[in-house]
Amino acid sequence: MEKLRYERPLIKRLEGHMPSKFGMRTDYTPKTHIDGVAVAELISQHGSPLFVISERQIRENMRRARKAFETRYPRVQFAWSYKTNYMDAVCSTFHQEGSWAEVVSGFEYQKALNNGVDGSKIIFNGPDKTDSDLDLAIGKNSLIHIDHLDELYTIQELAKKQGVTARVAIRVNMDTGIYPMWDRFGFNYENGQAWTAINKIMQSDAMELVGLHTHIGTFMLSPNAYATAAYKLAELARNVRLKYNHEVSYIDMGGGFASTNTLKGAYLPGSDVSPSINEFAEAITTALINSDFPQNKLPLLILETGRALIDDAAYLLGSVITNKRLSDGRRSTILDVGVNILFTSFWYDHKITPAQPFTQYTEDTVLYGPLCMNIDVVRENINLPLLNKGDQVVIHNVGAYNMTQWMQFITLRPKIVMIDLNHQVHVIRENETLQNLLELERVPDHLKKFDL
Amino acid sequence: MKINKHIAVSDSGFVFNPVTGESFTANPMGIEIIEMLKQERTIAEIHETLLQKYHTEHTTIEKDVADFFELLKNFSLIDRHETTEN
Repeated sequence: MEKLRYERPLIKRLEGHMPSKFGMRTDYTPKTHIDGVAVAELISQHGSPLFVISERQIRENMRRARKAFETRYPRVQFAWSYKTNYMDAVCSTFHQEGSWAEVVSGFEYQKALNNGVDGSKIIFNGPDKTDSDLDLAIGKNSLIHIDHLDELYTIQELAKKQGVTARVAIRVNMDTGIYPMWDRFGFNYENGQAWTAINKIMQSDAMELVGLHTHIGTFMLSPNAYATAAYKLAELARNVRLKYNHEVSYIDMGGGFASTNTLKGAYLPGSDVSPSINEFAEAITTALINSDFPQNKLPLLILETGRALIDDAAYLLGSVITNKRLSDGRRSTILDVGVNILFTSFWYDHKITPAQPFTQYTEDTVLYGPLCMNIDVVRENINLPLLNKGDQVVIHNVGAYNMTQWMQFITLRPKIVMIDLNHQVHVIRENETLQNLLELERVPDHLKKFDL
Repeated sequence: MKINKHIAVSDSGFVFNPVTGESFTANPMGIEIIEMLKQERTIAEIHETLLQKYHTEHTTIEKDVADFFELLKNFSLIDRHETTEN
């Protein structure tokens, strides 16, 4: 007789009072395939855990975003935010879709050059640009977004030495009515720092003010804040025009658009509350069009959108190590995916679904990672089907920041694969090996021998 | 291991404890085990029955059944003074 599929026994008390902290029932429709490729096959071929990126989804997201802005504004340019995900295959996909590169360190700048991006199409942001980074960027005619006055003076000096004019913008921080206000980067609008920096640039013959840049925050849920920011940058541009008869070539509105992830503590899922890219586009472009830019002299609108373009294009596959019952009766499940590779589990309640069919029975569960560290909690409360050892799960919306902020901690970092438009699977980053790490370590001779 | 004899169990998985007035829902595997307990089957017999019927290993059944008994105890559906040796 054929044996039946096993499901562990479950009994739950029926309670008719207030909803528990486990909240709404989790969507546990199994995610058995990603872009036509079976999850079980991916894990069998490449191991668990495994990051999986959909090239199709990246391209769809990019095209949707371009359409949202280009139908509302005549001149739009996206620049891929390297820090969000700087896997070369990911960056190259965005570059193929027409995105420039937006980098925030010498390391990222070199990565963009290595990917074949022309220096003139690299936007160099961030507070830590070394003299040699700046020297290179000036020589390559990159767009350097100045963060502080020391950097401004350094650029002036280096450009003079090279005998060239550096193309610069300033990063402007401002009150857009949101909390927290990001005022640590760039020059403040309200207290006049930004205008002072602009005047210093305009008085220098070593720099050309080509743009104005802001980046008002991260995971922004209010499109109106972008409208406020766009008005303020337009006002600065108008003052430059009035005083110097000079037009800035572009307005860079930065990034920060929310993805559909659910922030910890949020009552409703991110898919319900995050504004769409169209709402951000409407707010920004309307503000620019309504401002004082002369007809036919609208500046190029640059967007450094990261998270909203990549989050839903990546999945993290994992497996169940074991189930346990905690002292207070709660079910806990230990996965082979920890916070060392899923950094964003500190911020989000990630959507997690099984990779194989289950019955309708579910259990409130705490999901732990494999690390021998108390902080290794993937989901504090989630309602999941009755997972058994070896069962596979799919963690959704992991494309932003995990593959850049992950840590080599306790375990080695896993492989990343990309599924192309023809459903072919490509390894875009190999498994980290012990040898990779040992190559960087040195043991002094006197420590090489010991007797135990 | 004896389950409270007053417990009412429906085929659809609804479990009612008339002593406390509490209601529970169990999955088919849970109902199957409760029914076996009502028939006063031993733990070893329950393990063997499940192993013969389902596609799994003995260690998994042993672990999951023990966990299920803990839940039943926790919900006062079996006598807390009963030993797990039956």
